Amino acid sequence: MLFALLGAHAASAAAVLAARRRLGRAAWVVGALGPAAVLAWLAANAGRLADGEAVEARAEWIGGLDLALDLRVDAFAALMLVLVAGIGVLVFAYARSYLGPAPRAARAAALLALFAGAMTGVVVADNVLVLYVAWELTSVTSYLLIGLDDEDAGARAAAQHALLVTALGGLAMLAGLVLLGQQAGTFRLGELVAAPPSGTVTVAALVLVLVGAFTKSAQYPFHSWLPGAMVAPTPVSAYLHAAAMVKAGVYLVARLAPAFADVGVWRPLVVTVGLVTMVAGGLRALRPFDLKQLLAFGTISQLGFLVVLFGIGRPEATVAGCALLLAHGLFKAALFMVVGIVDHETGTRDVRRLPALAGRGWRTVRAVAVASAASMAAVPPLAGFVAKEEAYGALVDGPGGDRLVLAGIVAGSVLTVAYSLRFVVALLRPGAVAGAAGSRAPAAHAPPGAFVAPAVVLAAATVVLGVAPAVWSGLVDHAAHALDGRAHAHLSLWHGPSVPLLLSAATLAAGAALFAARRPVAALQAATAPPVSGTRVYDAAVRGLLRGAARLTAVVQPGSLPLYAGVILLTAAVATTVALVSGPWWPGWPDAVGRTAHVPVAALLVVGAVASTVARRRFAAVMLLGVVGYAMAVLFVVQGAPDLALTQFGVETLFVVVFLLVLRQLPDRFEHRRTGAGRLVRLAVSAVVGVFVMVAAVAAAGSRTAEPVSRAMSEQAWPEGHGRNVVNVILVDIRGFDTLGEITVLVAAAIGIVALARAGRRPRPRARDRALTGEEVGS
Amino acid sequence: MTGLLVVAAGVLCACGTYLVLGRQLSRVIIGFGLLGHGVNLLLVLSGGDGGDPAFAGPGTTAADVDRFADPLPQAFVLTAIVITFGVVAFLLALAHRSWRLTADDEVEDDIEDRRIAAAAREGDRAGGDA
Repeated sequence: MLFALLGAHAASAAAVLAARRRLGRAAWVVGALGPAAVLAWLAANAGRLADGEAVEARAEWIGGLDLALDLRVDAFAALMLVLVAGIGVLVFAYARSYLGPAPRAARAAALLALFAGAMTGVVVADNVLVLYVAWELTSVTSYLLIGLDDEDAGARAAAQHALLVTALGGLAMLAGLVLLGQQAGTFRLGELVAAPPSGTVTVAALVLVLVGAFTKSAQYPFHSWLPGAMVAPTPVSAYLHAAAMVKAGVYLVARLAPAFADVGVWRPLVVTVGLVTMVAGGLRALRPFDLKQLLAFGTISQLGFLVVLFGIGRPEATVAGCALLLAHGLFKAALFMVVGIVDHETGTRDVRRLPALAGRGWRTVRAVAVASAASMAAVPPLAGFVAKEEAYGALVDGPGGDRLVLAGIVAGSVLTVAYSLRFVVALLRPGAVAGAAGSRAPAAHAPPGAFVAPAVVLAAATVVLGVAPAVWSGLVDHAAHALDGRAHAHLSLWHGPSVPLLLSAATLAAGAALFAARRPVAALQAATAPPVSGTRVYDAAVRGLLRGAARLTAVVQPGSLPLYAGVILLTAAVATTVALVSGPWWPGWPDAVGRTAHVPVAALLVVGAVASTVARRRFAAVMLLGVVGYAMAVLFVVQGAPDLALTQFGVETLFVVVFLLVLRQLPDRFEHRRTGAGRLVRLAVSAVVGVFVMVAAVAAAGSRTAEPVSRAMSEQAWPEGHGRNVVNVILVDIRGFDTLGEITVLVAAAIGIVALARAGRRPRPRARDRALTGEEVGS
Repeated sequence: MTGLLVVAAGVLCACGTYLVLGRQLSRVIIGFGLLGHGVNLLLVLSGGDGGDPAFAGPGTTAADVDRFADPLPQAFVLTAIVITFGVVAFLLALAHRSWRLTADDEVEDDIEDRRIAAAAREGDRAGGDA
């Protein structure tokens, strides 16, 4: 059944693409079928999951390697699925109004459906390798969705930024997962967490996995892709970059933390990164005038918060993390939808140009914005408040080190309150945030009801979950319990007059004060802004990589054929000679003369070779090469190889004739070219190659240990091959296919020769050709 | 085994390498031919000091086979001779074409590669100025 759910996403995506002309706005309904099916499945299995059971499915993949597609849904996966599928359905409904039947809408609908499937895959995967595949699929679909407007260079660059960062992190994660799996002896996530390995390798593996999680969840210092990804259409941002995909990293941290929080550097690393992200993201969220950017940095900050809560790996914090996971998904998706509605209806989301959102239709939007932002700021009685109380409570009761973490979280929360206020005030009284007083023209028209409805559903859920925590107390309890057997949740709005409540009140007050003092704060931030931003670091890294690649290419591929040939020959010669001389193959030098007949042949070969090399005239060089060829033929006769001798005579004669035919056109003498140093290098390389050949010849002759295979060939030539000439039997019978290949090579060469000889009969003047070449190089 | 032939194989390959590393296509072709002869010699040497031609028949005995020259390297060499001829003939056609196009048989550097190198130097200069 779980496989069918994943298949439903793919099928709906394929259906949308196949019928994109006919579907129009209905594409969004078809696309939403996958998430809707997940929701229906969750409703049907809610009882089992609440009882602590897990639903599993398994399909063999590669049996011999013990690779199987393991899927498993427990209560925590169910919580993630509620988020992924629930918000997914609403985002599809919202996108139907936002993108409508726009040219790229069908593509967006199909990609969103695919993404929903990939994200569901991340959550239900029980095998870490399956998880990795689904994880990368979310990266790829995210890339395509960010770059949806493929004619916009900015969108393409942002998409590439996101892909490079998350995919590189994903590769680190893959390495970590493989190491982890080998340490544990299993690649099943459930077994891995049940019996966690330890040791240095495990620590290294965990750090690698965390790099993947941090890049995906936009943690500092890998955060810079997320604000850039805001060029995507707002439904995409609301879904991928607020509610679903960026939570994948948090999900992984949550899965592993109960087992590995005490291993090595996990807790200090995760908590530090999370806190830095929470505070730095919050500070950055106080600055932008683009409301979507504000939300983007707010998301980074909240993701840091989530990473801290789950990363601590203690039951109480895990409970708080589960609560915040859901609360954040609700309010952040709703806020993104609000920004999208404003952007869509007024044409801007810049506070400095925002019209007054007055009128009947806007009242609902404003209510959604206020409720959701208040939940983000943890104002009672909203879902965000309930979650924040849990977080404070978990850390107040914890050991001493938690107090430091608590201080960091309170600081981050103060910033959260300030930027939440900034968001609300920017919508309601844009002038107060933009710093330009005066009344603004009202917006031309209000959004239709269907456009606002999904956001209203989310905001209503935020309110209901806040007012009646009992509604989701069970869900969070089961989810946290599935992660950590010791975790038990009992969410409530009113814990009595306690330290967490005091902290909440103080947080709200401090945040309000920070917002009230926004002018001096902005001035201070401008003065103390770090000199480099993440985006600039990324840009510099990409530029450096490209320049380094060009420089490396210029060194290893300068375009000179002699250089390439020299390097290849020298490498082959030196490496093999060293191996031969240092190994036990060396049989000692052979006798100078084995057969007397060899002496004149060897002399002829050496003299001919040297003479044809130093010859200044082409004609002489070719004739001397012919001398070498005939000497080889004589040697074949001496060695008892009449076939070779015949072939060599024939081929050599033909070769000399053909060469002379071509030579008729070339000048008789080789041009003198001064290549002083180059000549010495050539001589040296040639000498090394010559020595290598001699060493190889001696070593090869002395290294026989087995009976020659050719003995059997000689014995079988007549009875089996029915041929008297053993060499012929070898060529046409024993190695028949090799000979067929040889003939093919000859035919290919012949075709090439004919083509070259016949092609382009018009000669081009040399001077012009040179000039062209020079221009091209210079440009 | 004859040491002199070993030396001859080395000299053939060294001379061939020297010519192949040059820039004149006609000399490269001659070098290729020399390299081919050198390698063939190497193959023949690996078959030992030779013997009777490997002709078998109904009456061939084990003692006859013992006197045979090793036929397997011969088969290799036969293939090598023919393939070398094909390659050399193709190179000759290239030289012919090169001559008709540029009135020269020089092997020039790849323009595309030189452009990459020029771009890299350009990038370095721009980076240094910035």
